[in-house]
Amino acid sequence: MSATNQQSTVTIRYFAWVREKTGTGSETLTLPADVSTVRDLALWMQQRGDGFAAAFAKPDAIRAALDQKHVAPNTKIAGAREVAFFPPVTGG
Amino acid sequence: MTVTITTDDFDVSAEIERLTDGNHDIGAVASFVGKVRGTVSGKALNSMTLEHYPGMTEAELTRIEAETIKRFELIACRIVHRVGTLQPGNNIVLVATCAPHRHNALSACDFLMDYLKSRAPFWKKEALADGTVHWVDARESDHDALTRWSESRS
Repeated sequence: MSATNQQSTVTIRYFAWVREKTGTGSETLTLPADVSTVRDLALWMQQRGDGFAAAFAKPDAIRAALDQKHVAPNTKIAGAREVAFFPPVTGG
Repeated sequence: MTVTITTDDFDVSAEIERLTDGNHDIGAVASFVGKVRGTVSGKALNSMTLEHYPGMTEAELTRIEAETIKRFELIACRIVHRVGTLQPGNNIVLVATCAPHRHNALSACDFLMDYLKSRAPFWKKEALADGTVHWVDARESDHDALTRWSESRS
């Protein structure tokens, strides 16, 4: 844990096999100071623990949304209240 | 112009009747119904379970519907998408599009399904008769060229 002047709390949701591998459907986190984009967060997930490392082992395989809208990996998280990680969708 | 996410089955005739009732500008109604198939790569399917992202599902389908209505100048549009555990032969999704003439109604229906397949936050899990369970992989052909993660990007 690092002291920082810029800490923000977000809700993170996981779906489908990302949810199964992490072992949770949602959590609330304080973002590390060096996590700026959605991609940064996905890479940070790799070093959290077994389930998270497995879920985020191939970041290319995961998509993300901020405040319930699809976003590109290089999108900054700041200001969003909710982040979601999920596999490419398969509805219809 | 409505979107419904439900575990319940839908009645295609009733939905179209409700959509078109009294609106005599509509000359064309196009529709698509997606159903659960009984086999996956030749293997028998026991059931399919659809997970979704409550909140985003409705929002994204509403956005997709609005885009489709605008692009094809539709008079009315309806999306019903089921979630939960379904059996072979069950309905999954209904899309209905209404316009003065058939070209726009048909094209809108096709467009809306392509858009839904690539953007709507649902995920299918298949349970086969042989006991195996797997998440369905998205097909590249169903998806836009979404930006890929790249660890080499700085």
